[in-house]
Amino acid sequence: MTVARFWRETPRRYNLGGNRCSACTTVYFPPRAVCPTCQKHRQSLGKMEPFTLSGDGEVFSFTLVHEAAEGFEMQVPYVLALIKTPEGPLLTGQIVDISLEEVHIGMRVRAAFRKLREDGRAGVIHYGYKFSPARENGGREAVASPVSQEALARAAARAQGTART
Amino acid sequence: MMEQTVGIVSYGAYVPRYRITPQEIGQVWGTDGAAMGKGLNVVRKSVPSPDEDTITISTEALRIALTRGRINPHDIGAIYVGSESHPYAVKPTATVVAQAVGATPYLTAADFEFACKAGTAAIQTCMGMVASRMITYGVAIGADTSQGAPGDALEYSASAGGAALVIGRENLIAEINATESFTTDTPDFWRREGQRYPSHGGRFTGEPAYFRHVGECGRRMMELAQTEPKDYQHVVFHQPNGKFPQRIGKSLGFSEAQMKYGLVTPWIGNTYSGAALIGLANVLDHAKGGDRVLVVGYGSGAGSDAFDVTVTDRIESYDRNHGRQVQEFLDGGVPLSYAMYAKYRGKIHLGGS
Ligand SMILES: [Zn+2]
Repeated sequence: MTVARFWRETPRRYNLGGNRCSACTTVYFPPRAVCPTCQKHRQSLGKMEPFTLSGDGEVFSFTLVHEAAEGFEMQVPYVLALIKTPEGPLLTGQIVDISLEEVHIGMRVRAAFRKLREDGRAGVIHYGYKFSPARENGGREAVASPVSQEALARAAARAQGTART
Repeated sequence: MMEQTVGIVSYGAYVPRYRITPQEIGQVWGTDGAAMGKGLNVVRKSVPSPDEDTITISTEALRIALTRGRINPHDIGAIYVGSESHPYAVKPTATVVAQAVGATPYLTAADFEFACKAGTAAIQTCMGMVASRMITYGVAIGADTSQGAPGDALEYSASAGGAALVIGRENLIAEINATESFTTDTPDFWRREGQRYPSHGGRFTGEPAYFRHVGECGRRMMELAQTEPKDYQHVVFHQPNGKFPQRIGKSLGFSEAQMKYGLVTPWIGNTYSGAALIGLANVLDHAKGGDRVLVVGYGSGAGSDAFDVTVTDRIESYDRNHGRQVQEFLDGGVPLSYAMYAKYRGKIHLGGS
């Protein structure tokens, strides 16, 4: 990805900046130019306003990635999930700071700020949102043990059984 | 003493999730890691994930601070990030942090560098700007993801973490009554441009460096504030390991009880620019209105910054339960093997270009 393109996407990658149709209040992420929900799209012309997602969400579905995308080699196997936000949009993102055994559909997560990738050793570093387990009120983060092969297999089985979207 | 009251409006700390023990490190290098850990008073140290660095740690800490203090990011007039592990040699950490918390574009921002005391230097700069009414809020961050060369003594303690303080004039949870510094040219620890790991003067890092600067600065701070050790409920020192702060604290006349909350390095390692600020964050997590706190930072090269702080009653209603408190970082964490640690920290040569 070019530096310029990534830079244009900074507001949404850093801050989950989407937009909202002021005619019907539907929230979009990534932001849209018009609202496809309004019966006549023209109704929403000029009525789309910036809207920042809260960063809260829950796991709608997830998968385990073993064949890493470029730049993610150090993190294999990692969890890629669809996150349902309370504002409406469904986001795709990596879940970090979690042992594979803990991931489950419906678990609450929260946006975290992480390094997404580096353009080689001399290039620009791209940052943006990922997700980490949300803490229940005042509760402590569960302390997990290192990943075992059994845990990997079980998590993979669960992920397969739930990949229904 | 400051003519205009300034102090801490809000704060937040962040420490990455992984931990490694001195035993695990020592086993790889054929040394007695347990004895090493005991000598340093380091039980475990934090290790960042491959996708964490000083920018992400700073951002997480500041986001917690802004939420706790219900601060509008657009009221921030300055962000200074102190670190010796800025991800870029040229391109500021502070601009990414500013953008990521929604504080851009009407603010000034810069990166500070002074070994481990860049964060406390940032506090002093913010104090001056806030007191002179140049800005409403100034943000001072100290964060690092420092590394020791494999097998070097530093490898047993160098860790990752950081904390952010929002400095202002109103709604203070802690007033900073006064600050003092002690600075000399002392070559105890350094890293030349382009070098991956730092070099240090071995035993020279002790007496003429850490102990002299922290001791002189702490003593002078108490002289200026007309205080004695018994006037403080808490004391926080820079803590490159768990032993140095205990020794200097004792020689200045502080008790174990006064040092209790300010000492965090034994459970997370030496977070460099983050160390004194995370210690202060832990003190604020536990403090009561009226508590007095002495903070003495230290940076190699060398200098110390001290702060005489009084916690206000506002701390009782302040939302310090939002986000993780420091104690959770001290208790929690996921253990790593040396192999995983070496992979995460880029110590494995992958070949190719
Ligand atoms: Zn609409």
